[in-house]
Order: sequence, then C-alpha cells, then structure tokens
Amino acid sequence: MTTIIIAVLGAIMIAAAVLAIVQKSLLSAVIAAGAISLLASLLYIVLAAPDVAMTEAAIGSGLTTIVFLFALNKIRKEDKHG
Amino acid sequence: MVKKIFIVIILGFFAVMLLPLAKDFTPFQELSPVAEKYVEDGPEELGSANLVTSVIVTYRGLDTLGEVAVLFIAAAGVGFFLRKEEKGDKTPKRGSSQILQSGTAFLFPLILAFGVYIFLHGHLTPGGGFQGGVVIASGMVLLLLSSASAKINENVLHLVESLSGASYVAIGILGLVLATGFLDNRFLDLGEFGTLLSAGAIPLIYSFIGLKVGAELVGIVNNMQKDQS
Amino acid sequence: MTLITILGLVLIMIGLWGMLTQKNIIKIIIGFSIMDTGVHLIMVSIGYLKDRTAPIIDSAVDQANAVNTVVDPIPSALVLTAIVIGLAVTALMLSYAIKLYEKKGTLDINEFKELKW
Repeated sequence: MTTIIIAVLGAIMIAAAVLAIVQKSLLSAVIAAGAISLLASLLYIVLAAPDVAMTEAAIGSGLTTIVFLFALNKIRKEDKHG
Repeated sequence: MVKKIFIVIILGFFAVMLLPLAKDFTPFQELSPVAEKYVEDGPEELGSANLVTSVIVTYRGLDTLGEVAVLFIAAAGVGFFLRKEEKGDKTPKRGSSQILQSGTAFLFPLILAFGVYIFLHGHLTPGGGFQGGVVIASGMVLLLLSSASAKINENVLHLVESLSGASYVAIGILGLVLATGFLDNRFLDLGEFGTLLSAGAIPLIYSFIGLKVGAELVGIVNNMQKDQS
Repeated sequence: MTLITILGLVLIMIGLWGMLTQKNIIKIIIGFSIMDTGVHLIMVSIGYLKDRTAPIIDSAVDQANAVNTVVDPIPSALVLTAIVIGLAVTALMLSYAIKLYEKKGTLDINEFKELKW
C-alpha cells in the first residue's frame, strides 16, 4: 500500500518537475514548483517525519511560492513602466 | 551545439556519480550510535517528548544558532538589494476584494494564535520555533495582501528580531553559567514529563527562535512586496 | 524507503538539467529549488527505518523501548533547518534577479556577457 502511494506521488512529482522546467509561462512554472513541495510534504509523513512535513508544507509550498509571485509581480510592473 | 554536448556530458557524470547511492544503498536496520544515545537519554536528560526538538534546541543548539544567523544575513541581503528608493509618482494600489478583507479580519488573529501555539508546544507535538515563525509570517502575508494601505512597521519588526536574537544568546550563556554548557536547558526545573511547562528552558528558547524566524521572514516578504517605483 | 531515495535522485537530475538548459534566470532559480527538494528527500529517506514511527515520546511510543520503535531524529533536525535556509537563499537569489532586471531590462542569461571574453 505504501509503495503504491509513494509510486503515485513520485510520478506526479516528476511530472510536475519536468513541467516546471519546460513550461513557457513563468507563473505556471512557479505553481508547479509549489506543487512539488506540497507532494514532498506528504512523502515526509510517509517517512515518519512530521516536523519536516510541517515545515515543508508551510515554507516550500506556501512562502516560497508567494516570494516567487512577488518577484514576478515586480518584474511585470517594471515591464509596464517601460 | 557544443553547449548541448557539454550539458549531456555533465548530466551523465552526475548520473554516474549518483547511481551507486541508489543501487548499493541498503536501508539501515537500527539507529546509529549517536541517534541511539539521543533517543535513549534525551527524554530523561532534557524532559522533551519531541526528540527532534531536543536535538535542534539543545544537543545541536549551536548549529541552530548559526543557522538563525545565516537566515539573518540572507534577510539583510534581501533588504539591501531591494531597499526603497524614494521616488515621487506612486501609482495607487488596487484594493482587494471584500471576501479577502473580511476573511483576513476573521482569520488573522487565529493564525497568530496558532503560530504561538505551535512554538509553545514544540517540545510536546510536531512543530516548534521554525514552523510557528513561518505560520506567523504567512498570517502577515495575508494581511499585506488583503489591504492596499497595510504597512508593516519596520521598527517594531527590527526590535522584535534583535530582542529575541539577543535573548536567545543570553539564555545560551545562562545555560553555560548555571548548568553544564552553552544552550543547556536544565537551569530551569525540568518539570513533569509531557506537560506544557516542562523541559526546562526549551519552550523559552524555541519561542525566541520562533519570534526571530517569524520577524525575519516577515522582513523578507515585506521587502519583496514593497513598492519600489 | 529506497523508492524515495531514487525519487530524490531523479529530482536532483531534473533540477540540474533545468539549471543548465534554461535561459531565464527565474527558471534557473526554480531548478535550484527543485534540486533542494530532492536533496531533502534523500536525507530524510536515509534516516527512515522500516516499520518505525515518528521520534515523539507519547502514548503511542513506550519510552523504555523507544530505541527500537522510532526513526532517526537527526536527519529530520538537519532537513528542518535546511528548508528554512532554502527559502532565505531563494529570496536572496530572486532579489538579485530583480536587481539585474532593473539594470538590463531582461532576464535572459545570455544577455549578461560582461565577463565573456
């Protein structure tokens, strides 16, 4: 059972990682990178490390994505001003 | 073209280098001697139910101090690169939706309370200073997103950060003077195992770490978000 | 869990591939964060022991027999701090990227050829 969970999550993570690299749109790439972290936090639960899972869920998929989005926002704003 | 060949060669080297790790890796059957000592003596010695916490705060406390220092330097670097240049024409920000505003008004105190709960219970349940600090920081992000005029008072932020950092080191030195070593938590009473006020100074130290990490992450996000033009 | 170790290795390779092939600086930073996740997964998976539970002494774990029932707490502690550092380093890299964009008006890594001979 655990093996199936790991295999499914791992397949999604690898797909998301490839998507994050080849994706043309930066926004989609950032979201895909956040999804990888979220799935990784599920794997940490499987690995019996709840502390790490909490950190990864809050930082990896939460704050990192937000920091990326703020950076994209800044770059786009500069774009508009010329 | 040459570049592509180089990339293939580099990736190939990396794959060959990493392959033995996957192929010959045999999972351990029992704990390593160091971990065994931590698991065996940790609860008795330090009174912390969460062994990860006892490793982070006490056994490897000096590493954590260094790690918080690295975090501080990175936050200072972000602040340095994105420092505000005073310019005239400020485009007024668009306000956020009613749903986000009312949701924030309701959720913000709860998120703060949850963050504080996480770092106060770091020695009993999964979680601790780092996670609690991050939860507090995400509450602040919600506040920044919800209202266009919301500004974080940077003086308060710096005050919280410096005070908690200084208290962290002070408690460490207190452990050196009153107990057996730097960041030793046993200068306070260990208390009853498994209750909130137990494990000596661990809740105190973790609270300061939580406040410091929270203040630093809020500073990073605030700098990234701040209008420059 | 050997499967997770292999997954971490694959993520490292994908991240490295992204860092080497992409032109956009933001994409390079995304590749770095994928690599980060891979390294963390490997470290935690090395500390895992089969059929054991989280290193927290409570009603589910007998304190006297803890050595035989919990996983290694040290990799967890290391990775926990590494994740927080990872966020700070990512933010630092992004602020560099923003600064570079302000100077050049582009994020294409090939446009920055001051050091090219």
